[in-house]
Amino acid sequence: MTDVVHRELGMTDEEFISVQEILGRRPQDSELAMYSVMWSEHCSYKSSRAHLGTLPTDAPWVVVGPGENAGVVDLGDGWLAALRIESHNHPSFVEPYQGAATGVGGILRDVFTMGARPVGLWNQIRFGELSDPHNRYLFNGVVSGIAGYGNAVGVPTLGGETEFDPVYAGNPLVNVMCLGILQREQLVLGTAGTPGTIAVLLGASTGRDGIGGASVLASAGFDETAGEKRPSVQVGDPFEEKKLIEACLDLYERDLVVGVQDLGAAGLTCAASEPAARAGVGMELNLDAVHVREDDMTAPELLMSESQERMMAFVSPDKVDEVLAVAATWEIDASVVGTVRDGDRLRVHHNGEQIVDVPAASLTDDAPVLHRPIERPAWLDDLRKRRDPPDRTPLDTALLALLDDPGIGDRSWVYEQFDHMLFLNTVRPPGIDGSLIRIQGTDKGLAVSTDGNGRMCQLDPRRGAERIVYESALNVAVAGARPLAVVDNLNFGNPEKPDVMWQFTETIAGLGAACDALGVPIVGGNVSFYNETDGRDIYPTPVVGMLGLAEPIPAFIGDVGTDMTIFLAGPAQQRSLAGTAYQKTIFGTLGGRPTPIDPDTGGRSIELAIRLAHVMPTAVLHDVSQGGALVALVELLIRHDVGAVLERTSTIDAFGEDPHRFLCLVPSAEAARVTQLAAEVGCDIRRIGQTGGADLELSDPTIDPMSIGRLRTVWGGAIRRRMEGTIHE
Amino acid sequence: MSIGIITFPGTNCERDVAYAFEALGADTEQVWHRETSLDGIDGVVLPGGFAHGDYLRTGAIARFSPVMAAVEKLAAEGRPVLGICNGFQVLCEAGLLPGGLIANRDLRFICRPVHVRVQSPDSILTRAARPGQVLTIPLNSYEGNYITGGDAVRVMLRYTDAAGTLSDAANPNGSEGAIAAVANTAGNVAGLMPHPERAIEDFMGSTDGRILLESFVASLEAVPA
Repeated sequence: MTDVVHRELGMTDEEFISVQEILGRRPQDSELAMYSVMWSEHCSYKSSRAHLGTLPTDAPWVVVGPGENAGVVDLGDGWLAALRIESHNHPSFVEPYQGAATGVGGILRDVFTMGARPVGLWNQIRFGELSDPHNRYLFNGVVSGIAGYGNAVGVPTLGGETEFDPVYAGNPLVNVMCLGILQREQLVLGTAGTPGTIAVLLGASTGRDGIGGASVLASAGFDETAGEKRPSVQVGDPFEEKKLIEACLDLYERDLVVGVQDLGAAGLTCAASEPAARAGVGMELNLDAVHVREDDMTAPELLMSESQERMMAFVSPDKVDEVLAVAATWEIDASVVGTVRDGDRLRVHHNGEQIVDVPAASLTDDAPVLHRPIERPAWLDDLRKRRDPPDRTPLDTALLALLDDPGIGDRSWVYEQFDHMLFLNTVRPPGIDGSLIRIQGTDKGLAVSTDGNGRMCQLDPRRGAERIVYESALNVAVAGARPLAVVDNLNFGNPEKPDVMWQFTETIAGLGAACDALGVPIVGGNVSFYNETDGRDIYPTPVVGMLGLAEPIPAFIGDVGTDMTIFLAGPAQQRSLAGTAYQKTIFGTLGGRPTPIDPDTGGRSIELAIRLAHVMPTAVLHDVSQGGALVALVELLIRHDVGAVLERTSTIDAFGEDPHRFLCLVPSAEAARVTQLAAEVGCDIRRIGQTGGADLELSDPTIDPMSIGRLRTVWGGAIRRRMEGTIHE
Repeated sequence: MSIGIITFPGTNCERDVAYAFEALGADTEQVWHRETSLDGIDGVVLPGGFAHGDYLRTGAIARFSPVMAAVEKLAAEGRPVLGICNGFQVLCEAGLLPGGLIANRDLRFICRPVHVRVQSPDSILTRAARPGQVLTIPLNSYEGNYITGGDAVRVMLRYTDAAGTLSDAANPNGSEGAIAAVANTAGNVAGLMPHPERAIEDFMGSTDGRILLESFVASLEAVPA
């Protein structure tokens, strides 16, 4: 072995020296390969670990916090929920269909590893503008990949968010969240158990696909050679995963496993070392027993392969036969590949020789923790000082432009490609605010909202992060649910740049402060660095997935008809257009500083939304976000095909996106009850109009009424019109 | 009276279909695809999903699953056999129903409620419905585009708008003749692309699926001896 091999594997010289110190000798090929993937940014969180520890992760209802395959929270009455979010950004740029598909497969395994049946998927996807054919190709490929895998694997995709901005053109973001439910006694952890326990590898055979995905793809930026990285992208097989899910749930039901670990990034290396490290034991692994796709694979290839749809089950010796029989029933392959041993060594055998002998925990716990330089960006002040140009855009012109924005217009082109009804639990389908599913046989409903806002975060990462936490909380609140837990996906540029690390630490501070104020723990997350192309970093783009519990499930009989009073709840004073969709669409700029959250006001808005959802079944609630209050209202009017007369408004009031605001529409006979509830909660609320007719009237003599039909046509075509025609390259 | 729900590896609507029939008071039993006997089963449903991954062609591998011989025997006895979505594709591949299903006109997966008009009440799927009645039932498929291939076809449901009018715009997937459901000559074997089990409770947005599932349940007892 020459001294440059470690560099080709993405390791620094310092890391190579650390490995030598741990082993007291030069590492063998396989050992070096294992350290290179386990100590990669993607697996080790080496740039972020020092900062993530400040996040609030505790609450009485947290059963499993960060560090396991998924977070688990208590829903009461013996029910638990498991949730996790993960990015598949780089693979999706290199090969959009398979990149997105395997992102879905990976996040599902994280959840059913915990003993849970996956019941829902959400996706947060960001691309460059759809005017560019390559972005259309990526967008179409990612949506098809999510549909192709998610639909076939038999887990409904219940919502998400789609945004477009030139900053993502060279580096799209694909974050996928999964929610599972389980009974408390079915909880399984990623532990190897006690000495003597047998390791059984289940599922797909191991091939050369995805070798080095974690270190080569996920832990470095892109340049013009990105296409050459395609062999590092894995290929998904949802049919294999579907069988694996059913087989694993059957194993849990029969109480046949001690622990389970999925094989994702770093493959067998991770699936052997992490459970051993958690259990404080050693392990012997026999690569000759692994069921393979190709005959002549080398030991490093077997150890690093990221072939999909594989699980490692840790099984008591007397139950191995039963486990193999369950695998046979579900028509999946299974091999006995290892044995848990006393001590702390991970020893690997191949072709009858011992080729690895390292402390198991050194792969996970001794990974470097970097304290990278942090510096506030020099360009930030100029960005915040940037003023909007003089603006005389009429409200109707602006409204039509915003409705035509693919980040605001109708997303049904996306979610109608996803099975969002399977399992018969979908109470609130995708398309608006948080989605809500029921847990059959209970009064419980689970609401989930996933939210991000890269533009706000570019202007102020701390305020931006706080805002998305409060936005997602309000989104589950309008579905009648109380915020319960958060998972976060932190998408950032190159951490070797001090200003990116500043954005990262500010974001962590914002997430932590907002979750603390709400009393909601962060139970898991994922960090994705190196989202850059040719040296240009993406906006700091944290994404949160908020789980809320609705108990009981509200009746939701509300339908928007005529003669309903339109209320706007939340702060009366709109303060800023910084970072809004209006600024992007009308001015084509980004500048200023977004309005900060206010925990007291935010808490009252959330409380009022929950109460209204539960005590006023005729009320229709909708969170105000991208596009502001006027866009939010028009979305409801289009959906329910009814017009409205609004009180006179201004650009900033119509299109501002200040936090903590939501719409409440109720039959006018019940309007007094709404103002009374708002007064009880101490939440500002005011009437802004009345539904009726077939037009939107803005009470402005210079603006003609706009027919809802016309607004629908514009809104309905925002994505569809751009995606029809050529999308393939 | 027990309904057998045939589950292949990759099937994913088997529990939903069981839930829906049980909500109507019927008894169900999950039948794994390796079963060779359907003793004690009065009728079978092949639910939606991706049997054997839909590899090669939808339903092409599933038709060779061991249970299919027993399904064919049951069909020949005049017992009710219903295929929903992927189950419909399997029945076409098995030759129990005419025609076949190819990729949607727009080459995209479609998951949304659609309107279907009852064409004929003479099948185990539609006997509780009125001819001309318009039902709202969710569709959920990529290969939902029905072609007759020149076969004579007894049409049970067609895609229409909410008023029951046929139009190109109301045909979601480009199916020939806007066909959404067909039956064999005897009317005891039927297949449809939309998912009736997804329209059985108010919160789902429609309860019209009950009419079709009740037709099936009623057919269990009406089988010729």
